Amino acid sequence: MGHLQAILQRLLQLIPVLLGITIVAFLLLHLAPGDPARLLAGDRASAETIAAIRHQYGLDLPLWRQFLTYMGNLLQGDIGQSLRFQRPVVELIGQFMWPTLFLVSYVVVLSVPPTLILAITSARKPGGLADQIIRLIGVAGLTIPVFWLGIMMSRFFGVALGWFPVSGYGEGFLDHLHHLFLPALSTAIWFIPVLTQSLRAALIDKATADFATAAKAQGASQRDIFWSTVLPNAVLPTLNLLGVLVAFIIGGTIIVEMVYAVPGLGTLMIKSLLGRDYYVVQGLTLVFAVATVLITLAVDVLTAIIDPRVKL
Amino acid sequence: MAVISLGNDAKVRRGRQLPWTMIMAIAILGAWILLAAGASLVAPYDPDAVDIMNMMASPNAQHWFGTDQVGRDVFSRVIYAARVDLFMCVAGVVPPLMIGATIGLLSGYFGGFVDGFFMRLYDITAAFPFFVLVLAIVGVLGPGLTNYFISLALVGWVTYARLVRAEVLTIRDSEYVQAARSLGYATRIILLRHVLPNAFGPVIAYAVSDAVLVMLAGASLGFLGMGAQPPLAEWGVMISDGQPFVQQAWWICFFPGIAAITLGLGLAFLGDGLAQIRRRQVAQ
Repeated sequence: MGHLQAILQRLLQLIPVLLGITIVAFLLLHLAPGDPARLLAGDRASAETIAAIRHQYGLDLPLWRQFLTYMGNLLQGDIGQSLRFQRPVVELIGQFMWPTLFLVSYVVVLSVPPTLILAITSARKPGGLADQIIRLIGVAGLTIPVFWLGIMMSRFFGVALGWFPVSGYGEGFLDHLHHLFLPALSTAIWFIPVLTQSLRAALIDKATADFATAAKAQGASQRDIFWSTVLPNAVLPTLNLLGVLVAFIIGGTIIVEMVYAVPGLGTLMIKSLLGRDYYVVQGLTLVFAVATVLITLAVDVLTAIIDPRVKL
Repeated sequence: MAVISLGNDAKVRRGRQLPWTMIMAIAILGAWILLAAGASLVAPYDPDAVDIMNMMASPNAQHWFGTDQVGRDVFSRVIYAARVDLFMCVAGVVPPLMIGATIGLLSGYFGGFVDGFFMRLYDITAAFPFFVLVLAIVGVLGPGLTNYFISLALVGWVTYARLVRAEVLTIRDSEYVQAARSLGYATRIILLRHVLPNAFGPVIAYAVSDAVLVMLAGASLGFLGMGAQPPLAEWGVMISDGQPFVQQAWWICFFPGIAAITLGLGLAFLGDGLAQIRRRQVAQ
């Protein structure tokens, strides 16, 4: 079975998941007790406004008709209309997504070098002193509230020392790097332990694998075995996990964006929630889920191309 | 004879000795539980008592953690807030655990259509970034802790179901379950007395790490104004209260964060200790 066929099969399997995601996103607005029209109009709206909204958005139709309309709109690329901005949600996402993409990539780039160093040091002697210390630091890193870390870092590195700007996104690539350094660092401190744990486990696993023993029997040095046999084989499972972890990073950046006033999707999501702009919330939730699914798919396909033994 | 038994005792004692992470966990969690339970005895001030003569006082002998923007004692508020945050760890973890364990148990044991349905539901829920979905549900239902727990019950059960199901699949065909079946025990008894207790180990370990996540997500919601509602003292709410004043009075934000980290560490140590004890039991 060729790669192409396997990928096609994988795409077919995606259809029910994508359908399920749209059902969840659709039902989100109907989750609230009472009338979605009232939810959209706000507490102070008059009865006429509510009736107008109910009619305008087709909320007086039966649920299944509403869902069909929703699906139809989605297929045409329309994921809703912002009540506050009076603009399509797609346009808003197009406008706000760049800082978020930049931030997520920045977090990954910042996380990889320390992860490699920490995981390799740990795996060299599992259960040793270095391993124990790194594990403890990792455990501690996971318990820090990201928003608190953000506030504290902007207070000390941003304001007290004046090294970094504490809000906004800046102009141009270097300025982005400068502005987003603290937000990316806040998220990375929490992300590095997760990544390190995974790579460490893979390294230990591959170090005892048959091919490592075979290399040893052939007289390769410890160093050679590690760099050319164990490490390349251990990277793949971690890469695989990265797809899942991007979902976690997205969750983490939402609140970090808010703390540092980065004009990204997280800020848009929270402002829309607080401003009761529910079609934006619905659209963003859908887009985040679809993005997660597609990234996972892309990573799976990539691993299968790198390593022909992997079955999709 | 005596010598041999002495040796055995020593060995047994070494095997039963608690891992140091477990001892740390008991110390930290025990301290927080005692502080929360005895908050009215420990806290030197009323957590809501406004003192405008003493606004944003830096940490001193009277106010160990300083006072906030309306003169409330930060130390007392941190202690009282522990009640809310500890409660979150329990009320945010137990319902998803119960729902997930039940579904995982039935789904794994009986298989078939029900199993397929719940596993698709798992795939779909797992596609959403956890915090995004929780945030969206709380946003639609309205702010507050109750709605946070509802959203957790809706979203969180899937991981528990998945874990229990995986365990049940291996236990279902084990010899002791087959023996129980051939002895004619009722399915209900087999499920509750034989399958469930053996499937629970990894679930408990996960629940402890889940508690950290639930506490941090709950504090994040409090920070965004969508979790515990002010003036109720909760660590996330306190950090949010202090954020506008962080330049002049860093202590308003600083101490609630440290409190959250220590509770998180206690839970993380507990998870680690439980895992080590389990590994030892398996090894024996």
